[in-house]
Amino acid sequence: MELIEGTVSMLGNADFWVAVLRIGTPLIFGTLGVLLCERAGVLNLGIEGIMVAGALTGWLAVYLGAGLWTGVLVAALTGAAFGLLHALLTVPLALSQHVAGLGITLFATSVSYYAYRVSFPNVSAPPTIQPFAEMAWLPIPVLAKQTPMTLLALVAVGVVAWILYRTPVGLAVRAVGENPAAAEGQGLDVNAIRTGAIVCGSALMGVGGAFLTLSAFNAFFFNMVNGRGWICVALVVFASWRPGKALAGALLFAFFDAMQLRLSQVSGQGIPYQVYLMLPYVLSILALVLVARRATYPQALMKPYRKGER
Amino acid sequence: MRLESRGEISRVMLVAAPFAAVAFTLVAAALFVAWAGAPVGRTYALIFEGGFGSRFAWSETLTRATPLILTGLSAAVAFRAHFYNIGAEGQLYGGALAAVAVGGLAGPPALLFPGMIAAAMVAGALLLIVPAILRARLGVDEVVTTLLLNFIVLLFVSMMLDGPMKDPTAMGWPQSVSLPDELLLSKLVERTRVHTGLLSAAGLAVALWALLKYTTFGFEVRAVGANARGAAFVGVPVTRTTILVAALSGALAGLAGAIEVAGRTSYVTLDMSPGYGYSGIVIAMLAGLNPLGVVAAAIFVAGVLVGSDSMSRGVAVPTYIAEVIVSISLLSMLVATAFARYRLRWN
Repeated sequence: MELIEGTVSMLGNADFWVAVLRIGTPLIFGTLGVLLCERAGVLNLGIEGIMVAGALTGWLAVYLGAGLWTGVLVAALTGAAFGLLHALLTVPLALSQHVAGLGITLFATSVSYYAYRVSFPNVSAPPTIQPFAEMAWLPIPVLAKQTPMTLLALVAVGVVAWILYRTPVGLAVRAVGENPAAAEGQGLDVNAIRTGAIVCGSALMGVGGAFLTLSAFNAFFFNMVNGRGWICVALVVFASWRPGKALAGALLFAFFDAMQLRLSQVSGQGIPYQVYLMLPYVLSILALVLVARRATYPQALMKPYRKGER
Repeated sequence: MRLESRGEISRVMLVAAPFAAVAFTLVAAALFVAWAGAPVGRTYALIFEGGFGSRFAWSETLTRATPLILTGLSAAVAFRAHFYNIGAEGQLYGGALAAVAVGGLAGPPALLFPGMIAAAMVAGALLLIVPAILRARLGVDEVVTTLLLNFIVLLFVSMMLDGPMKDPTAMGWPQSVSLPDELLLSKLVERTRVHTGLLSAAGLAVALWALLKYTTFGFEVRAVGANARGAAFVGVPVTRTTILVAALSGALAGLAGAIEVAGRTSYVTLDMSPGYGYSGIVIAMLAGLNPLGVVAAAIFVAGVLVGSDSMSRGVAVPTYIAEVIVSISLLSMLVATAFARYRLRWN
């Protein structure tokens, strides 16, 4: 009974929806990033590490005196750089996309942690910055409690959708992800388009990481990304590789995450808190199982393309 | 820019590739060491001494290598069949928890010990059979499910260590009850931490190598990995092979958990594995998915990890240099083997 009452009052509470949108923001960036890469036919498991690297470099830039938006740009460029590395390994060198991606995650994470330790050898408390402020000037209820990075994420959904479905560039990206040989026949440079999509997608992942250090928190912590990147990889499947559904998926996951936070507070001692923490992961797997039959993968996903080879 | 097959792969190139990768890694990692402001030569010397320079160093490295060999084998057999098990970390914890649960029962050790090992392997296998069936029957990508299962298993272990399996004498610390002494593995060398688990890990590497090389099952694994559709066409039971591979891979990772508990910690904690499951993937790749190579790669990675810990007490280089070295060696190894097989054409 208590649990049901708690749930009802939670859903009527604006603060709850503010939390949903805040938790969802890094997932929106990350999911769009994975989506761009996979639409061009390349899996990018580097996301977990790229988000760590973006979180660190964006924050570090601001800590060293740059503006907040410069920090976001630095995070995007960091993501793009690791994306370029992933693209080199998987596109012209045609290495296993799983393995290269995991290698990128390991590399980006370890370099970030190493860089943090080199920059701050003996600090007892993590150094902090002044993060983005809420957009109190905005006359929209829940959005006014968010930082501009959340607005950026929502805009990015529209931009990615528009590029993918309404521009020649988007058509080219989808073409190389579906049938690279046919795209080549149309005079498209498959390798260049795939590389570009991975670089742009990875830049979005870097920005998603930077949201954690520039908006959600004000410092860099080890393990702060904590699997968010992997969640994004799952969300893209759930979203059938469509930007609009990706937004919905990210918010749905954030909804469950925010709900488990609240429920574990109202339910008291009865159920171990770990059950609530498990909930979003269990539901993600269930969601994947439900959509799997209808999922329409980009046909060339995970298939390297070599000119003249079949 | 495109790749062109070199046609016949020369043995010289294949042997030279790992050396080129190691040389590149040493140079690249040196830049990171220099960035920290430490003398490069001395740092490398300290890492080497700490990992391989003495009897004690070797004993610590081999202790660390034991679970890494098992998780490396787990990844190698799964990746051979192009079944991407990224969940070895969760399977390891599942195995450790099952081992402690069975080991804590009343009964003669002669019965409990095999039961404990079997329970760990079954737990690990079950954790991977579920994603394998989901992939085979419903087409759910195993990469994502195994990744997400890691988080679920870790939370489950945390729940058990807070609740029914908590050691009441552990001062509130979340750790399980210890295994009784009779169930612990004996030490291989006096006054070190190396235990007999190392022998079983190495033995399993040889067994797995033989299994993959000389049996029908091994052939089927390779066939499914090379071309699942072609394999099905010539009558290889693809679904059955995938599920068997998953069972084998999960069991090996679960065994790693049991052996860590029985050989090193004697109880389960939430930090008993600093990512052994994930490192296993790196080790398998460094070894080119060869079970015998896994042993060498695991000792290399363990040595770098152990050596970096001891190095950081001598010079001001963060221990994260170990992961930097390992990740660069993985990436450069991948590139080097690609260049052994293909040449780059600029047109």
